[in-house]
Amino acid sequence: MAIKSLEQPAAAVSLSRIAVSDTHGEDSPYFAGWKAYDENPYHESSNPSGVIQMGLAENQVSFDLLEKYLEKNSSDATSSGRASSFKENALFQDYHGLLSFRKAMASFMGQIRGGRAKFDPERIVITAGATAANELLTFILADPGDALLVPTPYYPGFDRDLRWRTGVNIVPIHCNSSNSFEITPAALESAYEDAESRGLRVRGVLITNPSNPLGATVKRAVLEQVLDFASRRNIHLVSDEIYSGSAFSDGEFVSIAEILEGRSDGERERCHIVYSLSKDLGLPGFRVGTIYSYNDAVVTTARRMSSFTLISSQTQQLLASMLSDEEFTAAYIKTNRERLRRRYGMIVEGLGRAGIECLSGNAGLFCWMNLSPLLKEASVEEELGLWNCILHQVRLNISPGVSCHCREPGWFRVCFANMSEHTLQVALARLHDFVETRRSAHHQ
Amino acid sequence: MEHSLRKQEQILSKIANNDGHGENSAFFDGWKAYDTDPYHPTQNPNGVIQMGLAENQLSFDLVEEWVRNNPKASICTAEGASEFKDIAIYQDYHGLPAFRNAVARFMEKVRGNRVRFDPDRIVMSGGATGAQETLAFCLADPGDALLVPTPYYPANDRDLTWRTGVKLVPVVCDSSNDFKMTLSGLEAAYKTAQDSNVKVKGLLLNNPSNPLGTVLDREALTMALRFTNDRNIHLICDEIYSATVFDEPGFISIAEIAQENPNCNTDLIHIVYSLSKDLGFPGFRVGILYSYNDAVVACARKMSSFGLVSTQTQHMLASMLSDEAFVERFLAESAARLGARRGVLCRGLAQMGLGSLRGSAGLYCWMDLRRLLKAATFEAEMELWRVVIHDVRINVSPGASFHCSEPGWFRVCFANMDDDTMRVALNRIAKLVIQSSSNSEAAAARKPCRRRSKLEVSLSFRRLDEIMMSSPHSPMTSPLVRART
Repeated sequence: MAIKSLEQPAAAVSLSRIAVSDTHGEDSPYFAGWKAYDENPYHESSNPSGVIQMGLAENQVSFDLLEKYLEKNSSDATSSGRASSFKENALFQDYHGLLSFRKAMASFMGQIRGGRAKFDPERIVITAGATAANELLTFILADPGDALLVPTPYYPGFDRDLRWRTGVNIVPIHCNSSNSFEITPAALESAYEDAESRGLRVRGVLITNPSNPLGATVKRAVLEQVLDFASRRNIHLVSDEIYSGSAFSDGEFVSIAEILEGRSDGERERCHIVYSLSKDLGLPGFRVGTIYSYNDAVVTTARRMSSFTLISSQTQQLLASMLSDEEFTAAYIKTNRERLRRRYGMIVEGLGRAGIECLSGNAGLFCWMNLSPLLKEASVEEELGLWNCILHQVRLNISPGVSCHCREPGWFRVCFANMSEHTLQVALARLHDFVETRRSAHHQ
Repeated sequence: MEHSLRKQEQILSKIANNDGHGENSAFFDGWKAYDTDPYHPTQNPNGVIQMGLAENQLSFDLVEEWVRNNPKASICTAEGASEFKDIAIYQDYHGLPAFRNAVARFMEKVRGNRVRFDPDRIVMSGGATGAQETLAFCLADPGDALLVPTPYYPANDRDLTWRTGVKLVPVVCDSSNDFKMTLSGLEAAYKTAQDSNVKVKGLLLNNPSNPLGTVLDREALTMALRFTNDRNIHLICDEIYSATVFDEPGFISIAEIAQENPNCNTDLIHIVYSLSKDLGFPGFRVGILYSYNDAVVACARKMSSFGLVSTQTQHMLASMLSDEAFVERFLAESAARLGARRGVLCRGLAQMGLGSLRGSAGLYCWMDLRRLLKAATFEAEMELWRVVIHDVRINVSPGASFHCSEPGWFRVCFANMDDDTMRVALNRIAKLVIQSSSNSEAAAARKPCRRRSKLEVSLSFRRLDEIMMSSPHSPMTSPLVRART
C-alpha cells in the first residue's frame, strides 16, 4: 500500500531550537584547526611535513605502564578467578555502578591527593566522561536562564557542556596576566554583579583545578576565597579536577576536598567535584567520568540522571581491577608526574630558546604560551591572523586564547603530552624558525 | 527537617526537584520487595521472584563460548592487549568504523537482509535511554508533545520528558481489538493536543511492543507513516526488541515500510535501537540512534558526546557482531528459546484459566487477570498487585504503570530466570488462582464449607502441579480447573 505522493513538496521539517542553535560550539577556531590536522596529519616518516597536533590535550606519555599492567594481569577468558562472569557483568545495569569500581575510584582519587583527602564510594556517581558529568551537574544545580560563573580562560568545551541543552548561561570571571591569571575576590564579585545586571540568577561557580588551559594549580588561599565567596552568595561550587593526577609533583595540587576538611556542613554541601580518567590515565575512549558530591540530594538526583550516561559495566570491571591495585596506581601516579614534568621542561626550554615565554605552570598536558609580542596590536583579529599562520605555514595546530575566552589577545594553549619526544622537538624547531623569520622580517 | 527540605529545594534546579525521574511512583514497591527479599532456590526459596525485569538471559552460554574462543576481541587478554592503546585513546564521537559497520550489518540480519543500513547514519548513545532523550532534544522544544500509544514502557516518561520539557500525549488502545493502534485513536490524540494548544512534533512507536509482546503489521506501520507524513511530524520507531521475535507474525521494520513507500519523506523517520534486549547486554550501555535525516544525524552525533559507548565495548562488539556465523546461530537459537519459554509460561497460565495477549515477540507476556479483580478499577488492580507481590511473592508489573486504560492487565517477564524458577513461579500463581476462587466461594459459604474448600484447595493444587509437570501437550483445561472457573 504505497503512499500517494503529496501534492505540494513537503516543507522542510523543523527541528528543535536546541538542534538548530550553534551552542554546540563546533564552528569555533578551536575545532577548525582539527580539520587542518585531519586533512594533513604529521607522521614521522610518511608525512614529516604534515600538521602536528598540539591542540589535543591527551596524555600518551605513560601508556607503557598500563600495557605492562595488562600483561601481568591479563584476564584469561576461561579463568574462574574473575570477579564476575561475563554474563553477570553484561547484565549489571544498576545506576549505582559496580561497588568494586566505586571503591577503586575513591581509593585512586585519595592517592592522587597524597592521602590528604578521603573519598566515600557511596558519594561517587558514574557518568560517561566528564563531559556528561559537567552537563548533568548543570541540569541539577541551575534552571534554564540561570548562570554559572566560570573563570577565564576556560576549556572551550564548557560552552557546549554547560549551556547547550541546559539553557544555562556562562558568565565569565575575568582573569588576566597581571597576576598570572589567578582568580581574585574582586573578579568574583564583579562577575556576580555582571550577571545580576543582566537579570541572570547565579547558581554556582565552576573552577577547573588544575586549570585548563593555564596548566597551573589553583593556590590554597584562592580556593578558600572561592569557597568563601560561594558561601556568602549561597551558591554551589563545582571543582573540575580532571587534571588532578597530572600535577608535576605531589603536594603542588590542593583539592577542594582538602579545603573542606575544616569547614561546616553547610559549606560542604555546596561542593561537588568532577573527575575522569581521560587525562590522568589517558583513557578518553573508555568514557569514565564521575561526580563526587558532598550533598546527599545532589548524589541521589545525579545518580538517577546518570541513567542517560552510565559507564559500560565491562569498563567498570576492568578499571575496578586496575585501580584497586594500589601498588600499581602509586607507581603510575609517581612516574606519570615525572614524565609530564620532564615534557613540560622540554617545551618551556625549547620555546625559551625561541624567545617565547610561557605562564609558569605546574600541571596538566599543555602550556599557556604568550605570543603577544608577535602581534602588531593587541586585538583578536591579530591573534587569529597569527593562529592561521601557525596552522597553515608552520603547520602546528595550537589553540588560540580567544577560543578559551581569554580577554588578552596573544595567548595560545600548546599540548605536549600527545606525541613522542622526537615529534615535540620537530614542532619546537618549526616554531623557532617561524619566530626567527618573523622577527627578522619585522626588523627589516 | 522541614526547613532544610525547603532549603534543599531552593538550591537545586526545578528539574532536580520534580518527579520526572519517575521513582516516586507506587510501582517501585515491587522492586523494593524484590531487593529486600530476592528469591533463591536454596538460600531463600520463599523470596520474591523477579518477573518485572525485561532481561534476556536465555542465551548467554552461546555468547560466553564466543568470548572464550575469541580472546583477541578483548583488550585485556594477552592476545588482544596490543590494541589497547589505540582503542583507549579513540574518542571520536563517530565511533569506531568497525563498530558502526558491525552494528549496521547486525541490524540488517535481524531484518532478514530485507533492508540496508548506512553505517554513517549510526549514532551512539547511552543506551536506548539516551537515544530516546537525544531524539526528544533534537526534534521537539519544551512544551511540545510526542504521541505514544498505550500501554507503553513506563520509563518513556522519564526518558522523553524529564530534562527535555517535552510532553507525552497517549494514543489510547484497548483490549476490544487486542490493543491495536487505530487511525481514530491517533486522530483523537492529535486533536486533544491541538485543543490544548500543544504542538505535536512526532509519534513514538515501540515495535515489537513493550509490554504487549506483539508486532505491528504492515497496515499499522503504513498507517503510522501516512499519518505522520501528512502532518509533517516525526515518526520514531523504537525497535529494541526486534530480535526477540520468535513466531509468526514476523517483524517488519519501519525501514522496510520506508523502502516500500519511496515517496514518503524520510527526513521524518528515526529508529532507536540497543543491544540490551536482543543480546542481553544492558550493562554495556550500547544505544543506537539511526536517522534518515542528515541534520538529525549531525545534531545527535554532537549530542552523543554526552553518552558515547566505551571503545573497549565498541571494539569487542565490532568483533562479535561481524562474526556472521555466530550472529546467525545466536539469532536463531535465542528466538527459539524465547518462544519455548513463553510457551511454557502461557500454557501454564492457560491451564489455570488465565489468558494472555497472543504475541510473537518480547521477553514478557501481557497477562489478563481481569477476572481476579474485585472490581474493574485501578484500585482493585493495585490491591491485586499487592497480593501478588506480598503473598504470592512475585514481582510483576501492573498495567497502570504502563498507562493502560483498562485495569487488570499485568506484564510478566519470563526470560530472566531458569526453567526451575519458572516452574516455582507458575506454582505460586496457581496458588493465587485457587485462593482467589476459594476466597470468593468462602465469602458466601458457612464455616463447614470453608473447611471443605481448604481440603479441595490442597488437592487441586497437587493436581495442577501434576498437570504442569507432565507433557506440554496435555489438555489446556483439566476438569479440575474447569470446575474452578
